[in-house]
Amino acid sequence: MTGIKRTFTYLQKYLLPTAGALLSLLLVNAANLVSPKLLQRLIDDGISDLNMDVVWGVVIALIGVAAVRGIFNFLQGYLGEVTSQGVAYELRNSIFEKLQNLSFSYHDRSHTGKLMTRMTSDVELVRMFLGSGLLHLVSAIFLLIGTIVMLFTLNWKLTLLVMLILPGVGLIFMIFVKKIMPMSRIVQQKLGTLNTILQENLAGMRIVKAFAREGYEIERYGTANIDLLDANISMIKLFTAFFPLVFFMGNIGMVIVIGMGGLLVINGTLTLGELVAFTGYLIYLLMPMFMMGMIGAMLSRAEASAQRLFDVLDAKSEVEDAPDAISLPKVEGRVELRDVRFRYIGAESDVVKDLSFVAEPGETIAILGQTGAGKSSIITLIPRFYDVSDGAVLIDGKDIREVTLDSLRSQIGIVLQETTLFTGTIRENIAYGRPEATLEEVTAVAQAAQAHEFILEQAEGYDTPVGERGVGLSGGQKQRIAIARALLLDPRILIMDDSTSSVDAETEYKIQQALEELQKGRTTFIIAQRISTVRSADKILLLDKGALAAEGTHKELQETSELYMEILETQFAGQED
Amino acid sequence: MMHGMQRVAQTEEEHAQNTGQVVWRLVKYLSPYKKYVAAAFILVLVNAASQGLGPMLIGRAIDGAISQGDKAGLLKTVLTLLGVYTIGMFAMRFQIYTMSTAGQKVLADLRDEVFKKLQTLHLQFLEGSQAGDLMSRLSNDIDALNNFFSQSLAQMVGSLFALIGIMVAMLFLEWRLALVALVVIPIALYVTKFFSSWSRRAFRKTRATIGDVSAEMEEQVSGVKVAQAFNRTERNVGEFAKRNAANRDANVNANAITSAFAPAMDVLSTLDLALVAAYGGYLSIIGAITIGTVIAFIQYVQNFFRPIQTVAQMWTVAQSAFAAAERIFSLLDKEIELADGKETMPRIEGKVSFEDVSFAYDSDVPVLASVSMEASPGETVAIVGPTGAGKTTIVGLLARFYDAEKGRILIDDHDLRDVSQFSLRSQMGTVTQDPFLFSGSVMDNIRYGRLDASDEDVVAAAEAANADSFIQKMSEGYQTEVGERGSLLSQGQRQLIAIARAVLADPRILILDEATASIDTRTEKLIQGALDKLLKGRTSFVIAHRLSTVRNADQVLVLDEGQIVERGKHAELIAQNGLYADLYSRQFYTPPGETSLAI
Ligand SMILES: Nc1ncnc2c1ncn2[C@@H]1O[C@H](COP(=O)(O)OP(=O)(O)O)[C@@H](O)[C@H]1O
Ligand SMILES: Nc1ncnc2c1ncn2[C@@H]1O[C@H](COP(=O)(O)OP(=O)(O)O)[C@@H](O)[C@H]1O
Ligand SMILES: [Mg+2]
Repeated sequence: MTGIKRTFTYLQKYLLPTAGALLSLLLVNAANLVSPKLLQRLIDDGISDLNMDVVWGVVIALIGVAAVRGIFNFLQGYLGEVTSQGVAYELRNSIFEKLQNLSFSYHDRSHTGKLMTRMTSDVELVRMFLGSGLLHLVSAIFLLIGTIVMLFTLNWKLTLLVMLILPGVGLIFMIFVKKIMPMSRIVQQKLGTLNTILQENLAGMRIVKAFAREGYEIERYGTANIDLLDANISMIKLFTAFFPLVFFMGNIGMVIVIGMGGLLVINGTLTLGELVAFTGYLIYLLMPMFMMGMIGAMLSRAEASAQRLFDVLDAKSEVEDAPDAISLPKVEGRVELRDVRFRYIGAESDVVKDLSFVAEPGETIAILGQTGAGKSSIITLIPRFYDVSDGAVLIDGKDIREVTLDSLRSQIGIVLQETTLFTGTIRENIAYGRPEATLEEVTAVAQAAQAHEFILEQAEGYDTPVGERGVGLSGGQKQRIAIARALLLDPRILIMDDSTSSVDAETEYKIQQALEELQKGRTTFIIAQRISTVRSADKILLLDKGALAAEGTHKELQETSELYMEILETQFAGQED
Repeated sequence: MMHGMQRVAQTEEEHAQNTGQVVWRLVKYLSPYKKYVAAAFILVLVNAASQGLGPMLIGRAIDGAISQGDKAGLLKTVLTLLGVYTIGMFAMRFQIYTMSTAGQKVLADLRDEVFKKLQTLHLQFLEGSQAGDLMSRLSNDIDALNNFFSQSLAQMVGSLFALIGIMVAMLFLEWRLALVALVVIPIALYVTKFFSSWSRRAFRKTRATIGDVSAEMEEQVSGVKVAQAFNRTERNVGEFAKRNAANRDANVNANAITSAFAPAMDVLSTLDLALVAAYGGYLSIIGAITIGTVIAFIQYVQNFFRPIQTVAQMWTVAQSAFAAAERIFSLLDKEIELADGKETMPRIEGKVSFEDVSFAYDSDVPVLASVSMEASPGETVAIVGPTGAGKTTIVGLLARFYDAEKGRILIDDHDLRDVSQFSLRSQMGTVTQDPFLFSGSVMDNIRYGRLDASDEDVVAAAEAANADSFIQKMSEGYQTEVGERGSLLSQGQRQLIAIARAVLADPRILILDEATASIDTRTEKLIQGALDKLLKGRTSFVIAHRLSTVRNADQVLVLDEGQIVERGKHAELIAQNGLYADLYSRQFYTPPGETSLAI
């Protein structure tokens, strides 16, 4: 039960409502015990004796008890919900925060649909246990103990007999909790798989439709759905064996009392009256047992889910602030990669091999190379999205592992190769890195990124909403927003990873012109396919299979690098036909 | 980022549906599982009987065997008791099993149905909705139905039967007292109705807000890299917490209402008891009835309220299920905006014509204006133009992702609206601008183009797309996982796989929308041969910015602001010295003072 125990730390914040709920529950139970007594009085003293005064008295008392019970019943439900929703809220927030901070390598390998399942379904299972299960468990235990004590005072011999069933109940409890837990885990996993299929279908709907694969996807989803159903049914089978059995054990207690108690009566060690009184109270033993049967099932599911939550919460981020990390002061912009070797986790070979280069402040460095050569991998090392496997990345001579991520990344503007925008207005998207930016600032960078014009053409200009992932904009428009977004940070170091691939040559030229102004005083890294984009760079790094094949200016490379000439030729051959 | 709250308000209106209809629709989902339901009811009765029989046997044991010292008799009763309890246990067990299983099956059916529906919905709706919110309907909302099917429904029906039985018994016993006791029924009904509609409204908010939470999760988890790059994580956590809090508060509110309901009924039932006691007392004082009758009645009233409480409580809690069902049904009831044509598209020859086609995604902003063009079978049509000109839109219309607002689009003289989308698109192959891959192996992803392709075919397609060499180098070759959206590959590699996927599809009409934008020019050259082969024998539409790819096209359409401004062959367009010539020369722009690169 390590998982559930750990969720108790989240309960700590809600000690007051928890205690309140528990107290209310106990009071409700107490009130429940009072009612029959009152009723008894109503019948025995009021109605039977035709004493209307007693009738009125008792009736008023009954209503009073009902009202009090009502209030505490409400409080119990309400406070229980406040607690459990509070814990769910905290859990979700922590997971969300954790996910926001887990490094790229974690997210490369995770599935959104599965993570979402943890944040909703698993949280819900934990919540249900903490909200009502735990409360009822505590009250069931109280009730059980109370009943046993009462039974002891009534007749200790019979009570000892009844208690024979307790080890049995305990055993059943343990066996089932142990068995249900892995099953519940499987159910949750299958649910995750199902949600992943769904999520990918929604994200890739255009491809599904383009290839007319609706039928195939429906089948795929259907299969996963049946998988889930099967897992659910196996779990139900176990469930349904469980609490009827616990209930049955309670009944066995009754049988023992009647059988053994009967014998004692016949043998004369017990009076008949004692036995009758005893059986009357035995009912109170069954109730908590039944409750515990249900809670046991809840508990084992909650435990499985709690463990799944802590899997995420305990995930180690590959990239983290060092304990003694300092804040990186405002940088000049000297970027150095020193003997860098880099390999993705789980990969068999290095994507970057023994790479060294220096970018002086204000320089523009172009990176050129074949698809998969490792260009993007290199630039993701600079903002420390991944840590180098060997060697070091230095900014202004400082190893970036020695500074805080925040202070490092806030000085780097990056346009990733894959453009991701968010639901919101165009303005909000451009101001993503600096939400407090004024409209003037936003407009200025949009102009530089050649986005201003088309933005004005949209229905609501800068306030035009765009959909998830930038739906509503063309590919090139999205890229220009992404460029503007990076420029708005006014970073000392600017990285553009193939960020104009979907932009036409004319617009790209204009962007370049604008950037030339903006690049002044910044260290800029540009990855591009087109020579025209990189020709004016201070230094071109020509990459081949993760290693540096050549380095120099456009002019120099034309003279020294055959590979470079080859690339040139592919772009210009036949121009004059 | 900021539209969520508005959306919540809208959805609440949008989903409101008549309770009776919602319940009936839900119950109908059980109809394939009638047998389960019937069995469950029988088992409920068996279980109830065994519960009733127990005390009776105990009473008999005490009165008979024990007081008479009959050990054999005692043993017999004890064994009978054991038997009865065992039967009860099994009845209970199978009752829960049948009901829960039927419930789970219904949920699975519903999930399948909603997923199918999603597949038929219009792209504009799907892309315009937040994926996470749609997901929430298939996960959270369907989960909310679980209790209704596996518990509430059976208990409610069971309790209703019990209620009727007790009512009849009461009426027989003493009708005057019974009528007084029954006075509360209309009040109880009214209170239930009041609480139900109140809680329904509250539960709607819980469903909408969890959809919102889910939407934010989906978007922020899939966009987390950008968030980290822009130091936005802290703020995102804050914004998420807001939505999360809205959901928490909605739940607490809804639960406060249902928590208030049970006590209300409790007080009501006590009042009723008081009423019966007082009136019964009076009747017995005047001698109209015996004291025994009053006592019996007081017991009845208690028994009578138990099922009422159960039904009413379940009904209030079931409002959560109904609110969830509303959201699911509203999705299921969405009109499919693109009605499927009745005809089946025969094997496409490849003649494509656009006749005066105009189109706008949203009516304020026209995207295409009177576009006309014609392609003969086997032709390669290149579409060039500035970003945002409408190139992707044109090919989107051709695949009938959208319908033209004005004008028509014909393939082999079939209006696209007359043929089924499946028969149309299964003859088309597309490489979209954003090379979407599914998580799974490289093999799976290429095979997506043709599901029955053999491994050799897949490898051949990969070779044609020049993807084979890098695939071979990966740790598990074709079985290597690509990650969600292909995150374990470089962008260019994803494009190569997308091209291989289209090659494998061997379509009649091929659409390449900036298919090589992220691929370096050397690799592009390597696959050029494959592409040329691919283009041959089928009508193809190629969108590209690097104009070297379009030079050999049979026809180039130059698009600007949604209109075709120039058309012709490469050489003709260069000669025209218009937009195309501009775009083309820009690519080879040489800064003054440098030698021209053109060889
Ligand atoms: N997140 C990742 N995890 C594992 N391998 C990766 C990841 N991203 C890229 N790779 C691999 O690393 C190599 C270099 O990729 P990348 O740097 O993106 O190339 P490019 O030069 O095209 O930008 C490729 O072979 C690719 O498959
Ligand atoms: N789903 C959409 N909803 C609304 N507007 C869109 C949508 N997709 C594209 N647009 C708009 O339509 C115009 C043309 O886009 P598109 O056809 O993608 O251009 P491109 O020529 O770059 O391919 C752009 O102005 C874009 O903003
Ligand atoms: Mg790259």
